[in-house]
Amino acid sequence: MSTTTKPVNQKAWWLILPVFLCVAFSAILPLMTVVNYSVQDIISPDRRVFVGTEWFAAVMRDQDLHEALWRQMVFSCSVLAVEIPLGVMLALSMPAQGWKASVVLVIVALSLLIPWNVVGTIWQIFGRADIGLMGSTLLKLGFDYSYTGNALHAWLTVLLMDVWHWTPLVALLGYAGLRSIPDAYYQAARIDGASKFAVFRYIQLPKMRGVLMIAVLLRFMDSFMIYTEPFVLTGGGPGNATTFLSQYLTQKAVGQFDLGPAAAFSLIYFLIILLLCFMLYNWMQAVGTADKTEASHG
Amino acid sequence: MARIDLDLAHAYGPNPKEDGDYALLPLKMSFADGGAYALLGPSGCGKTTMLNIMSGLLQPSHGTVKFDGVDVTAASPQARNIAQVFQFPVIYDTMTVAENLAFPLRNRKVPAAQIKQRVGVIAEMLEMSGQLDQRAANLSADAKQKISLGRGLVRSDVSAVLFDEPLTVIDPHLKWQLRRKLKQIHHELKLTLIYVTHDQVEALTFADQVLVMTRGRAVQVGSAEALFERPQHTFVGHFIGSPGMNFLPVIAKGGQLQIAGQFLTLDAGLHLPEGDLKLGVRPEYVALTAAGAPGALPVQVTQVQDIGTYVLVTARIGEQVLKARLAPDQAQPKAGEQAWFQVLGTHSCFYKNEELLA
Repeated sequence: MSTTTKPVNQKAWWLILPVFLCVAFSAILPLMTVVNYSVQDIISPDRRVFVGTEWFAAVMRDQDLHEALWRQMVFSCSVLAVEIPLGVMLALSMPAQGWKASVVLVIVALSLLIPWNVVGTIWQIFGRADIGLMGSTLLKLGFDYSYTGNALHAWLTVLLMDVWHWTPLVALLGYAGLRSIPDAYYQAARIDGASKFAVFRYIQLPKMRGVLMIAVLLRFMDSFMIYTEPFVLTGGGPGNATTFLSQYLTQKAVGQFDLGPAAAFSLIYFLIILLLCFMLYNWMQAVGTADKTEASHG
Repeated sequence: MARIDLDLAHAYGPNPKEDGDYALLPLKMSFADGGAYALLGPSGCGKTTMLNIMSGLLQPSHGTVKFDGVDVTAASPQARNIAQVFQFPVIYDTMTVAENLAFPLRNRKVPAAQIKQRVGVIAEMLEMSGQLDQRAANLSADAKQKISLGRGLVRSDVSAVLFDEPLTVIDPHLKWQLRRKLKQIHHELKLTLIYVTHDQVEALTFADQVLVMTRGRAVQVGSAEALFERPQHTFVGHFIGSPGMNFLPVIAKGGQLQIAGQFLTLDAGLHLPEGDLKLGVRPEYVALTAAGAPGALPVQVTQVQDIGTYVLVTARIGEQVLKARLAPDQAQPKAGEQAWFQVLGTHSCFYKNEELLA
């Protein structure tokens, strides 16, 4: 410590007050309200009963929730399994420079600019058997396609919609990664007699790793919270085929007005996301540190 | 291994009209099998273009490239079986050092036992045997560049190994080591090595033959000695040497030279065309001499710098600047004094239109 002590003024704490109030008003109080709901049975505004962890126990045992969670996991993993390779393939086939590159970039980015509910509406019409291009074409080709009647068709349509909407994001990220590879790498690979696949496997993929990790993270989190598009397209149906976690929660809270179980489930949902974030964050940190040691040596 | 003949020109844009449109002006050049060559010139003079044309990364817009008399102008780098090392280390991040070195062989389906043997030999040569199982991504820049060098040398049957300023990223003391290593490798493997650099020391110590280039033009090919003693072009005189050659505008007339208002008598044996010429003399050959000596000029000394191994004297004669490298143990002129500099002698070179007169 230095011999000159800095002047201490505890009044500075007051400066934090506005921020504290804002955060309390927008985040802490609503969250506490949810906590409050989750431990009470509110029968009417005047009659409420403290139930402890009863709602939590009930929600955890809820078969519908288990199914929604499972559906959600399968959906998010499918999204990654399709969008990441597809996005990489798109990025690889995009032109590197010239006016073609600009045109392709704009076209690829187009779907990213469309609001979620509009995407849902577009696909709702696109898939209709009577007037939709895709729906009627599939029917004409002999497929008995119906996203409103067939659970599998509904699920696949939601997946296809997400792929259509978000693969361009992966493609753009991958494209940025590819453009950062110096020409010398490709030249060296040609000199070394590397095949196209070897160039992809040993140059392009390793150099894209960083951006692809971000793509995985973004797509996983986003698809895990998907709500608007299936809500507009299928409303969660048929049956519960496309009822993902957000959908399930909204049905409980707003549809049936089961505020207690809904609040308990919100907290569990929140904890699931927190856990996944924590895992992904640590994974990225670990890879990031490895990169840094490489950089400090290089 | 192969003899390489170039007879070509290259322009990056279509329909080149004037000299400035060419990255490489029309040139003819032969690289003998097993020779060590350097392409020397300032940045942007076309040396990398020339290298990329030889390796097949680039196709010349005009003319041909021949390996052992066979036209390979349209052949890919793979078909030419050429190796090239780039300015910045190129390594495959996900592979170990050994896998990196083996990569060019694996791509060519060389048997595993033979790959192992070659990788061992090259690693030994580059003093990397202890690091073979390390991940290449975690190494220092000069180790990475050694891997790049190793990948260039691992194929024993290459037509030639091309180096594009490979030591740019290397620390000075390691530079010297690696250069010696290359020289040794050339000696052992008898490969044709072509080395691009803008550093004259690097070029002159590495190569038997140096090709000096400027603005897309190959101005002189020769040994270090020829480039130093008889620069074919004023650019070579200027570019090679430290400091470069002195050039004085002179007028030759009736056996006499007029330099900045002074007249010097030429040797009777020397026949120069009359008119405007340039006299080139290396600072190493400018000597202090007695007043009025034949072939000497009175100069005004402006600066005397002790460089350690020699003393650099800068002097003026009229508008012209003349530099001299003098031995540190001899009597030195002082700044502001007048002195007599010997400029004519056996080492004198005369230039007309920047080209050396015979």
